[in-house]
Amino acid sequence: MDISTKTTAPPAPADPPTLQKRAARGATRPGDRIFLGLSRGSGILLLVIMAAIAAFLTYRASLVLSKNDGNFLTTFEWNANATPPVFGIAVLAFGTIVSSVIAMAIAVPIAVGIALFITHYAPKKIGGVIAYVVDLLAAVPSIVYGLWGALFLVPHLTGFYSWLNDYFGWTGILEWQGGAPRTLLAVGILLAIMILPIITNVSREVFRQAPLMHQEAALALGATRWEVIRMSVIPFGRSGVISASMLGLGRALGETMAVATVLSPSFEINASLLDPGGGTFAQNIAAKFSEATEQGRDALIASGLVLFIITLVVNGAARAIIARRKEYSGANA
Amino acid sequence: MKLQRKNRLRALSLGAIAVSGALALTACGSDDTSANGGSSSGPTAKAGSIKCDDAKGQLLANGSSAQANAIQAWVKAYTAECKDVQINYKPEGSGAGVTAFTQGQVAFAGSDSALKPEEVTASKKVCSGGQGIDLPMVGGPIAVGYNVPGVDNLVLDAKTLAQIFDGKISTWDDAAIAKLNPKAKLPKTKIQAFHRSDESGTTDNFTKYLKAASPADWKYSGGKAWQAKGGQSAQGSSGLAQQVKQTAGAISYFELSYAKDGIKTVDLDTGASAPVKATVENATKAISEAKTVGTGKDLALELNYATKADGAYPITLVTYEIVCDKGNKADTFKATKSFLTYIASQDGQDSLAALGYAPIPAEINAKVRETVASLS
Repeated sequence: MDISTKTTAPPAPADPPTLQKRAARGATRPGDRIFLGLSRGSGILLLVIMAAIAAFLTYRASLVLSKNDGNFLTTFEWNANATPPVFGIAVLAFGTIVSSVIAMAIAVPIAVGIALFITHYAPKKIGGVIAYVVDLLAAVPSIVYGLWGALFLVPHLTGFYSWLNDYFGWTGILEWQGGAPRTLLAVGILLAIMILPIITNVSREVFRQAPLMHQEAALALGATRWEVIRMSVIPFGRSGVISASMLGLGRALGETMAVATVLSPSFEINASLLDPGGGTFAQNIAAKFSEATEQGRDALIASGLVLFIITLVVNGAARAIIARRKEYSGANA
Repeated sequence: MKLQRKNRLRALSLGAIAVSGALALTACGSDDTSANGGSSSGPTAKAGSIKCDDAKGQLLANGSSAQANAIQAWVKAYTAECKDVQINYKPEGSGAGVTAFTQGQVAFAGSDSALKPEEVTASKKVCSGGQGIDLPMVGGPIAVGYNVPGVDNLVLDAKTLAQIFDGKISTWDDAAIAKLNPKAKLPKTKIQAFHRSDESGTTDNFTKYLKAASPADWKYSGGKAWQAKGGQSAQGSSGLAQQVKQTAGAISYFELSYAKDGIKTVDLDTGASAPVKATVENATKAISEAKTVGTGKDLALELNYATKADGAYPITLVTYEIVCDKGNKADTFKATKSFLTYIASQDGQDSLAALGYAPIPAEINAKVRETVASLS
């Protein structure tokens, strides 16, 4: 199989193009073939698992959706065990997205700050300690975050809430009526702490790999350390930080126990983030599952399907953003 | 350099695994008993009341979490005598218990509400020649706990309770509350009414009371899911008790055993000569006013929520054991009957008060014993 044979004798029509491609890639030795098979098998297995989840959710959801007496998308109620069942996901979708957005707004800047500090400012030893502590945060089970949130964080938020109300109450979204601070904002703060480690960790690895040549070149031109970071490290790491944020967002969207412990769930949407109420998909499933009838379970699974779809959309959007910034990806640096 | 970093990372991750493992293990170590605290010092049964009758094997049961602590204490006493029997009660909730029963998975189910007609129909498949029946075994007062700084005694009636939980009364110095508590110094604080965020038999019974005792003020249809708008919520009785403890101005409802560590409870103005406290004895007195509404061997009770009898606390919960009247599964029948005989006995019922539950009044209990003896 060398070039001469290829050029002189065009392949017979019976010869399938895939074989030719494989030959060109050189996957002819048994080791290569086995490895190709294994990796292709793994890829297919992943697709099968995702398809199985989607099929299961869709099937179980379809059993109950036709019986729903309310509108699945707009009803502000969850009474799925009743006959006829009345349930809707509007409040859950709102709560899930709002709490995740708050978490991202708090966590991403802090995580990027920690990652930059560890990689570019801190002395090696101190950076190592901080990195270690941040990584430990990821190992704390979410129910422990929930307990800490409910017993420590929430009682200590009253002062912060009244401060927000004093200065930003006029906006309407930060108006406080004086209820216990078990609200979407509290959930967002807690989720931010929970997703910090994953974002910090990945961002740190990306910033560490920023090409030294770029940084040295910038320094040689007389740039300060901040200018180096701004001109070479951050552009290089941007797609990595976005990927990291999406991983964190995934955790925030699906967090169950911590939200269930900290939020005061109810099926209403309040204009103010400081009013108790609202709910998230995962929290609602956890709270309602144990007493749910067969039909109630199917309704919860239907809400799970929506969360599944939201996750797919968010991930798709993230991939699209990363693809647009391909020029900065590690492969081209 | 690189190798070193790798090693350090490995050490770090090992450390992380150790710490998280320890945390996870301690998280698993807690269970329902710790919420009650009474059951560890549970009663020791007198050997005389337990008759094993050659019962053997493993009894599976499932149902209400409200009676879990009672069942646990009973099982401990019973299996200490009858060592050949194992009883495994899963407190997954009344709904789950009834479903498991009608599917023939368990010997008996625990439920906070009596079987519905369609559930009775479903049970006929499992009970050959018979049907599922309700046996009231445990009662319990649902206390209304509150946290109002400076107020040590609070009297409320069904009307104000309904209006508070419906958001119609929003501050503690409201005229309606002041009228019931002329001596108390009521603060201007906002009322923060907490309800259960999960579905619960406690919610079901509490709202049944509001609906029966003050229908004009509580217009919701009831059920295990909370239906009124507004208010705040938390998960589980322990979650509600926690919120009452840490939130000034809070009021909520939970089984009496959770009203501890300084949580004050509301005295009910039922129209009796004096406001009624939430105690085990007062709950038993209210249950004794209940009518039996079940037919045949079924002993489903209907509580008289509007009772005006002196010392009867009407917000009570009765939880049932559900078995077949005829056609119980042969391999577990002996053990089921012998266990139910014990829990309906004087010793079995007497042990309840120490756990914060109310015994079933003697008159109803006599019928329960008769029915248990006739099971086949």
